[in-house]
Amino acid sequence: MENYDLLNAIILLANFVIVPALSYGSQLALAALGITLVYAVLRFSNFAHGDLMAFGTMIAILITWLFQSWGLTAGVLPTALIALPFAMALTAGFCLLTDRVIYKFYREQKSQPVVFMIVSVGVMFIMNAIVRFIIGPKDRTFFDGEKFIIKAVEFKSYTGLPEGLSIKSTQVLTIVIALITMMMLFYFLQKTKMGKSMRAYSNNEDLALLSGINPDRVVMITWIIVGMLATIAGVLYGLDKSFKPFTYFQLLLPMFAAAIVGGIGNPLGAVAGGYIIAFSEVMLTYAYKKFFMYLLPTNLEPSGLMQFLSTDYKFAISFIILVIVLIIRPTGIFRGKTL
Amino acid sequence: MIQRYRTHLAFSFMALLLIIVGIGQSWSVSIGIFNLCIISAIMAMGVNLQWGYAGLFNAGVMGFTALGGLVAVLISHQPIYEAWSVGGTGILISLLIVIVASFFIFYVSKNIKSVFKKRFFIVFIILLAAIGLSKFYGPSIDLIEDINPAKTGFLGGLGMPIVFSWIAAAFAAALLAWIIGKVTLGLRSDYLAIATLGISEIVIAVLKHEDWLSRGVKNVTGLPRPVPYEIRLQESEWFINIIEWLNSSRLSAIETVSGKQDLLNKLVIEGSSIYVKLCYAGLFISVLVILFFLSQLALNSPWGRMLRAIRDNEVAASAMGKNIVGQHLQVFILGSAIIGIAGAMLTTLDGQFTPGTYQPLRFTFIIWVMVIVGGSGNNLGSIFGGFFIWFMWIEAEPISIAFISLVTSGMDYGDPIRMHLIASAPHMRLFIMGAILLITLRFMPRGVIPEKVVRPS
Repeated sequence: MENYDLLNAIILLANFVIVPALSYGSQLALAALGITLVYAVLRFSNFAHGDLMAFGTMIAILITWLFQSWGLTAGVLPTALIALPFAMALTAGFCLLTDRVIYKFYREQKSQPVVFMIVSVGVMFIMNAIVRFIIGPKDRTFFDGEKFIIKAVEFKSYTGLPEGLSIKSTQVLTIVIALITMMMLFYFLQKTKMGKSMRAYSNNEDLALLSGINPDRVVMITWIIVGMLATIAGVLYGLDKSFKPFTYFQLLLPMFAAAIVGGIGNPLGAVAGGYIIAFSEVMLTYAYKKFFMYLLPTNLEPSGLMQFLSTDYKFAISFIILVIVLIIRPTGIFRGKTL
Repeated sequence: MIQRYRTHLAFSFMALLLIIVGIGQSWSVSIGIFNLCIISAIMAMGVNLQWGYAGLFNAGVMGFTALGGLVAVLISHQPIYEAWSVGGTGILISLLIVIVASFFIFYVSKNIKSVFKKRFFIVFIILLAAIGLSKFYGPSIDLIEDINPAKTGFLGGLGMPIVFSWIAAAFAAALLAWIIGKVTLGLRSDYLAIATLGISEIVIAVLKHEDWLSRGVKNVTGLPRPVPYEIRLQESEWFINIIEWLNSSRLSAIETVSGKQDLLNKLVIEGSSIYVKLCYAGLFISVLVILFFLSQLALNSPWGRMLRAIRDNEVAASAMGKNIVGQHLQVFILGSAIIGIAGAMLTTLDGQFTPGTYQPLRFTFIIWVMVIVGGSGNNLGSIFGGFFIWFMWIEAEPISIAFISLVTSGMDYGDPIRMHLIASAPHMRLFIMGAILLITLRFMPRGVIPEKVVRPS
């Protein structure tokens, strides 16, 4: 089997690095898109975004449980996918309610962005409380349906290679749904009248108002999109890993890092940033020992784990990338600030 | 009228709340809350220095607090000589490598003009340092952590009185703040928030996982105290005499000797706990008073005026020749040092260091609520905010349980919805915090005790 060493090494990498990073990156990209949209249109850093994701996911889980109790399932697919549209609608409604009750007042006062940021901290507390109050702080998995698309054992027997490739259905679902969502979002922003007016508003508020764009409508549409994106991102993350309110809060850092690295306010940047953060996080915390064992001759085999950084420090990676980008190119990779 | 006496009213209200708890629950509980209120007030003063004076959003309060806690361990814990002898040199060499590498990076970034060359050298130095570290650092931490892992497994501290750590913590936090400030100040304000949020998570991750330094999640317990122990007090003659004298009327009302002795024992045990807490309160109050006067002096000095000028109009201040980034760095360092002191005091009060308990909501965002509710820019306001919000944080749980019991009193006792609500009541404290913050921002945006605006006539 010696001739297949290179192939084995690639499969190993695909199994433990490329596929997980792609799906994690898609989740981060969707989440960062929400942050970036709020930043571009409403002009503040939304600290409550992680908890908004947790809220949307909680709604999806509750609806999933309801459907499951009715005996309604999606066959091989997780039931949460049927619940997703309902959860998206409810979360978007919740966003509109928060905006109406809380943010609108400060918009009318023309408050500083930093005041909005502190207000979002207050909203974060409230959402945190609501989620923990309703569903509790514990870890929950709500995945059902077929777990694997390709199982490691099947892959091995099919190809005859010693290294198995396993692909979870949630990983493929994540990537597919994220791609569809992003395509729809970019189509909306680039081609439709509403999307164009959103971009105009984000670029220059006064000029947009002069051209007859209704600011309330722009803000409303933004919150609806943000709520829907947050729900999709949260549900996909929850399906792939598990749902725990505190983990969602902690996602705030990689999410913001993704948005800022790509250029905050720029949707394309948010997507790129999401994948950059995810790939760096997975690649730098993966132990490459086995990978090099396939590639290098036996006498050169590495003695250690060949791991750059222990997984305990995965927060440090998004932070370090953030700092490096801020030092070298403060506006982010794609120039940020407007849609 | 109310405007004029706002400060007095606010603090009298706070005192009343603590007295109600003292009478209603117990004095021990009340003084316990009071001590944590003082620590919260000091933290709030640190954040107020950064936010109220200079408009910097520091979302990494937790990191500085935890760092202060670590310093308390490193100063007060007895050194573990065995660990030092097996791994001490390796750790010291690693430290030296880090210092030398940072020095070279600093030198390169100052003196080499070509951007490409600069980046090349920096990456080269980092790689060299990483190779050096993998030779010394990894093996020595394994050796250290193998020494009696159930009890120690770390390097220990210096074995000095724990009160010294309060000063040392200020310097440690200042150093960390200097590093963060150098990198992120001068960028946009929200980037500082995200960067500090990140650094605080990293500090916690380091404390949780670098067992040679802090024992990680195994916690360090039994730190020495700056105040007497309850057991000692209960055995000492003079303390029993004081308690006897204080309660002489109650004691003399009891006829039997054994009954008298029982009551006296009970009173001594109760009294010793109160006495210890009062000792802490005395220490903490003196720190609070010193820091308050220093902050007031700073606020009313030309330096304080300049900071407010920068906060209110950066462009104008910059046109007047003020170095904005430099001033921001100064105030960021000072504020973080104060937070570091509070962190060390907190660990002193607990007598143990538990990295797993540091959570951003409890140690970062609550402090922000304190500053905003108290009144940003006003030190008395921050102190009031620290007291009031900490009090609410503690008492929110009993209040929400009482509230939920009242609302659900119509339901069956074993009703699942009722059971769920009662079990979830502790989470209501987050809701109460958020509601207090949002209501203050809406109806009292300048806080309970607003900043005094002095305008020269």
